[in-house]
Amino acid sequence: MTARAVSFELNGAPVAALARPLETLQSVLRDQLGMTGTKAGCRQGGCGSCTVRLDGEPVLACLVPVEHVEGHAVTTIEGLGSADALSPVQATFHERFAVQCGFCSPGMITIATALLERNPAPTRAEIAEALAGNVCRCTGIVPIVDAIEAAASRMREREGAPA
Amino acid sequence: MTLLRGRGMAAVNYPTGMNLGGDPTQALVHATTTGAFVITLSSVDLGQGLKTVLAQIGAETLGVPFDTVMVDTGDSDTGPHCMGTFASRATHRAGNAIIQAAEEARRAMLDVAAEELEAAPEDLDTDGEGNIVVAGVPDKRISVMDVALAAHFKQGRTISGRGLYMKPKSDLDPETGAMDPDSTEAHACTVADVEVDTETGQVRVLSLKSAYEIGKALNPALVEGQITGGAWMGMSHALYETTAPYYPALDHSPGDFNNYLMPGAAELPEIESTVLEMASANGPFGAKGVGEMTANSPIPAIANAVADAIGVQITDLPITPEKVLRALEQAEPAEVVL
Amino acid sequence: MNHAKPFNVIGRAHERRDGRGHVTGTTVYVDDIGFPRMCYLKMVRNPLVHARIRGIDFSEAEQVPGFVTALTARDVPKNVYTILCLIGVEPDDEPVLAEDRVRYRGEQIAAVVAETEAAAAEAAAKVRLDLEELPHVLDVEEALAPGAPVVTHWGTNHFVYEGHHCRRLRYGDAESARERADHVVSGRYQMSPIEHAPVETTGCVAKPEADGRVTVYTNTQAIYFSLDNTALILGLPPHRLHFVGGTVGGGFGGKVDVMVEPIAALAAMRTGRPVKYMYTRPEEMRISSTRSAARIYIRDGVMADGTIVSREVTTYHDAGAYSRHSPYGCTKHAANAAGPYTIPNVSVDVHCVYTNRQPSSAMRGFGVTEASFAVEMQMDRVARELDLDPWELRLHHAYRNGDERPYRKRTEDASLVEAIQAAATLAGVELAPELHAMSSNDRDWGAE
Repeated sequence: MTARAVSFELNGAPVAALARPLETLQSVLRDQLGMTGTKAGCRQGGCGSCTVRLDGEPVLACLVPVEHVEGHAVTTIEGLGSADALSPVQATFHERFAVQCGFCSPGMITIATALLERNPAPTRAEIAEALAGNVCRCTGIVPIVDAIEAAASRMREREGAPA
Repeated sequence: MTLLRGRGMAAVNYPTGMNLGGDPTQALVHATTTGAFVITLSSVDLGQGLKTVLAQIGAETLGVPFDTVMVDTGDSDTGPHCMGTFASRATHRAGNAIIQAAEEARRAMLDVAAEELEAAPEDLDTDGEGNIVVAGVPDKRISVMDVALAAHFKQGRTISGRGLYMKPKSDLDPETGAMDPDSTEAHACTVADVEVDTETGQVRVLSLKSAYEIGKALNPALVEGQITGGAWMGMSHALYETTAPYYPALDHSPGDFNNYLMPGAAELPEIESTVLEMASANGPFGAKGVGEMTANSPIPAIANAVADAIGVQITDLPITPEKVLRALEQAEPAEVVL
Repeated sequence: MNHAKPFNVIGRAHERRDGRGHVTGTTVYVDDIGFPRMCYLKMVRNPLVHARIRGIDFSEAEQVPGFVTALTARDVPKNVYTILCLIGVEPDDEPVLAEDRVRYRGEQIAAVVAETEAAAAEAAAKVRLDLEELPHVLDVEEALAPGAPVVTHWGTNHFVYEGHHCRRLRYGDAESARERADHVVSGRYQMSPIEHAPVETTGCVAKPEADGRVTVYTNTQAIYFSLDNTALILGLPPHRLHFVGGTVGGGFGGKVDVMVEPIAALAAMRTGRPVKYMYTRPEEMRISSTRSAARIYIRDGVMADGTIVSREVTTYHDAGAYSRHSPYGCTKHAANAAGPYTIPNVSVDVHCVYTNRQPSSAMRGFGVTEASFAVEMQMDRVARELDLDPWELRLHHAYRNGDERPYRKRTEDASLVEAIQAAATLAGVELAPELHAMSSNDRDWGAE
């Protein structure tokens, strides 16, 4: 099996990885590029813990052959914010105890961020639908929906729109 | 399509600690030279927030700010023994061990401070903000940091403590089952409201209203996390999950999340709860374990609510649409079948 | 300790210490850990249900590029999981790697180690097994019937509790009380096995150190429990092992069976290289322990006025093919099987039954979840049959401080009455004044 180079943009910077044919984006991110914030909960597309964004769209990294991201832009949880500069969604997840074990959190935060970019004022039903592919076993999901609602409100306030 | 509403309730107890005891936990506390404190132990945080609540227990006992207390756990080379995180034991056992260790460290801290302030240790108190003060003499005070520096570099003594909590292992009588199974008991009662679609057999949980008596809510947000998470898992257990859809047959056992059904965000009921605190005599600040009980009371409450809705008890979990439809088929109209 | 002072720190919703790590994806979990030259362990598993192992052929597997080594039963110094003997429960029954028999579908037979995860999986798939299928039993009551295929190595399909075929509780004389009762209410309650399904699967990384010790990074729920069991299996003094963990992506009782650390540590010692062994999701679903399926029969003797004078509980706890924590869980279940109620005559029989199914073990609420489920459905059944108010029935029977539990312990911290009253208030249920006036300290509805 010959490895080949794959070049793409990762969290705003160009990277190149050496990948086996059809190696998943999840595997390349975690094992080669040090982006372990993207989790591997099932590797079957069933849990959502590997959710990343490909050209802004949320995708399950375990189902994306890395060749498909050649020339495209990938954003992981590491690109969303840092401990001293949390994004609004990261901040509300933390403030509202929408994290317990934390394993689903990167995926949840990523999908929530993508949702709020395309729909800045989602209803709870719309939030629920966006989360349909992400499993959380600890929180009971209600705090996650609450946190996303709160983040949406905070982001609209910052934009000057009515909260 | 007919939607039948039903209400059910369930009342439960939950024991704290490993059955029959014999599950010790140790903790060590020491001050750094700049007045922060480290709690060292081997207890595991599963996500419930143990590291946070143990720091709170330590900080409260020492009388210092929460931010100055570190928890160093999960390394067998540095942390003394802990039996593990299960049986709702962690906060209870580790918490009690930390209180003992922190009390010893606090006494040492006050002794050092007393010498620095030329006062009697019994006249000293912590202000919870990083200072030690002499009762009634506001000018006579010293920071915890200065006490720590003085202890290590000037007086040449340690500020540290050791603690261990164990409920001794007891035996049971194999003939009668007489035993002392637990340290303390928490209690809960859940009221579930459901709606059953008689055409599809689907059960929708409309609300779960619960009261939880847990001794002391050391961190109310973490307690609520267990209540909400437990309510969801209980609902899942009652209506969705199984590793053996045709138990005891092995057929169709799920191998992935796509086939292992659990409720999603769109299936969430209204979850309301109230927390009662009736202090346990042996819990840290009266706390009882809470992590497991919260998943237990919703399960029979929901099952009882379904029975109330359709007039027949389905006593085989999970209560799937298939089971509901079969039960409706078999029930005589307007008659309770048991 | 001065408890008269208001609390400074406890009672407050302090932010989680690990919250920022979780939301930024910087918290380190076991699968995020790697080392140079690390290899991967994949397990060869029983594709049948109950079978005799005639042979294992590694010749094809060894040809897979990246194959490092394979381990079988004879490589394991003490080839038995010891999770019970450390808490004084005997006998241990489950081999780390199967010897001559496999007892459930998915049971571990051989460990294959390779340079990459893909190579390990490929090599494991290429191990040829020569198995002779044996009859199996799946139902708990069938397993206890004469003539059932025998699952255990000691010859019975039940755990032996000090000479008894079940864990028993005998308080008063339930049979006689039931015979004198006005009504008998019976029910059968079946709890399904469920998976813990944490989003993080069970796993560890074992690393041999230059000083001869082995470091194991693990997501176990119990560091020392895992360390001590691993030491026993490897025949090492415990201080030669260094277990590091404390951060778990969900446990719920599914990460206390010590299933992965011993074999990974052994592989690390044999190869001299770090070894990672993480369960795949299908392994987590189908192989790792579940909550036990419990079949519970309850028979109550009830007087015309609604007093429950006797309760007999018979539980068949499906341990699956091996004990794991089930014998302990059945004892805990026995203590809770009659529910949080004061009933003067109680008899409980809890059978810890072995079947050729996926072993069950501890899960959130171990031993108590099924008791609460069965008892609370039974209470509603009693209420329906005798046309009683379900709230009144619970409140009358709820145990009070000073009452003796059926395991002969005097209650000191009862609060069920208050929890029921508070739930009624929250749900807008109006309780009759005498029910509202009840308390856990009133003892005016005593059983005696």
